[in-house]
Amino acid sequence: MTAERPEVEAAALPHEGANAHSAHTIVIVGAGQAGGWAAQTLRSEGFAGRVVLIGDEAHPPHERPPLSKAVLSGAAAPESTRLMKPEAFDALAVQWHPGVQVHRIDRAAKQVLLSDGTVQPYDKLILCTGGRARRLAVQGADQVPLHTLRTIEDAQALAPALRPGRSVVVVGGGWIGLEVAATARQQGAEVVVVETQSRLCERTVPAEVSAYLLALHRAQGVRVLLGAGVRGFARVADGADSRSEVLLADGSALVCDTIVLGVGLVPNDELAREAGLACEGGVLVDAQCRTSDPHILAAGDVAVAPSPWAGRSLRLESWQNAQEQGMAAARSALGQAVDYQPLPWFWSDQYGMNLQIYGMPTPAHRVVQRGDPAIGSFVLFYLAGDVVQAAVGANAARDLRFARRLIEQRKPVDAERLADLNTPMAKL
Amino acid sequence: MTTMTTNWIDAAAHGDVPEDDVIGLALAGRDIALYGVGGEVFATDNICTHGHARLCDGFLEGHEIECPLHQGKFDVRNGKPTCAPVTEPLRSYPVKIEGGRVWLALD
Repeated sequence: MTAERPEVEAAALPHEGANAHSAHTIVIVGAGQAGGWAAQTLRSEGFAGRVVLIGDEAHPPHERPPLSKAVLSGAAAPESTRLMKPEAFDALAVQWHPGVQVHRIDRAAKQVLLSDGTVQPYDKLILCTGGRARRLAVQGADQVPLHTLRTIEDAQALAPALRPGRSVVVVGGGWIGLEVAATARQQGAEVVVVETQSRLCERTVPAEVSAYLLALHRAQGVRVLLGAGVRGFARVADGADSRSEVLLADGSALVCDTIVLGVGLVPNDELAREAGLACEGGVLVDAQCRTSDPHILAAGDVAVAPSPWAGRSLRLESWQNAQEQGMAAARSALGQAVDYQPLPWFWSDQYGMNLQIYGMPTPAHRVVQRGDPAIGSFVLFYLAGDVVQAAVGANAARDLRFARRLIEQRKPVDAERLADLNTPMAKL
Repeated sequence: MTTMTTNWIDAAAHGDVPEDDVIGLALAGRDIALYGVGGEVFATDNICTHGHARLCDGFLEGHEIECPLHQGKFDVRNGKPTCAPVTEPLRSYPVKIEGGRVWLALD
């Protein structure tokens, strides 16, 4: 993997050299999807000052969803995930520091200290530090190779293991676990998914959607173990093969060639915490993406923001939030009026099945079903009274787009017509 | 020197282009989207410049087509991107309605 060189140096930037002290500088920490969109938005909103983009990855800003799917299967090159074409990225005239970490935020001096020994002063600082794949602190975790999936390098390291005749145990039946399981299965590997909860994606979808996902994976030949805790890992002693064992809480063990952990994300909020910013499972921000320091904003996977749709503050680990909150933070940093309260939107692609979620379905909602999982296409609407509050559907992107409009307009609907496939969604 | 003669290709019956909606069709080896807006017809490439989804499965609102995959948007009159994540324009094509048919100039 070659590190890519920042194409634009500070000397080429407007204002530079005229009066360095008058140059307004915005530093973005984290060059993922949120950081990339923040940088792009600063320029598209006309900001002509210095934009410094610091990322610990070697790659320019890119989208992560394909990493567990098309990039993992080899169907798409890692470069295809980039937010912008190289010439468009260059045209932003951003001072990009790839492969560099920020060691410390000095809030009093308004500067950040980088791992390469340099210091970057800022007028506004946008934290888009994202998160990292959670590890499991169990016995033997340091004795066997444990894959995770977050970065391009993770996908490249795992890809060769996904092929016929090889066995993969995926620990964790959440979205990343299920997408990796689907890709592994499609590449011909034998796959077991081990989930400690009693159902799949328990944290994010209602039970009926978990049941659909379970049926989908079992129909594809994936063995899914529910309510199965992992107590440790071990190397298989016999033979020359480098096989591993997943030790389950019930005393049984699964022998396999490859283990993948999909057990959640740890927000990279250490920098913020060490700088004394308010954090609670991530960096706390308001609807203007501001942290407890008015000169510091945060966006993307690391940010905990109030959500009227959830009735509480939460981190949204989604493609949508990375893009839109990154853009919102940039506009806020420029002093524009920002009120970022998105209707949460999430999707997952598995075996060619596209599942989407709008809003936050809860058990308190009344469920209205349109279509049928048995015919491969359905939408479940979640209503409070006669108003649709959330929707989950599979292979029904067009109906779901209309569902979004119903949710956003808070328009009362007739549940019978909603359930009737002969009533076009546009007519509701 | 090339001549300026426009090569019009018969794409569809005017009545097959739904009002306020989009259809996809294959034409001269290309995947084309036709949009009906306010009695007019517009034509662009059918594949989104971001995620490679088919725009004919998308959502037309006024002159904006929204991609079904990531909800990026283009102006169907000129292919210009109007909403993230799309940044690359979509190719658009001249359209004329004649004899109840929709004709496109693809070159």
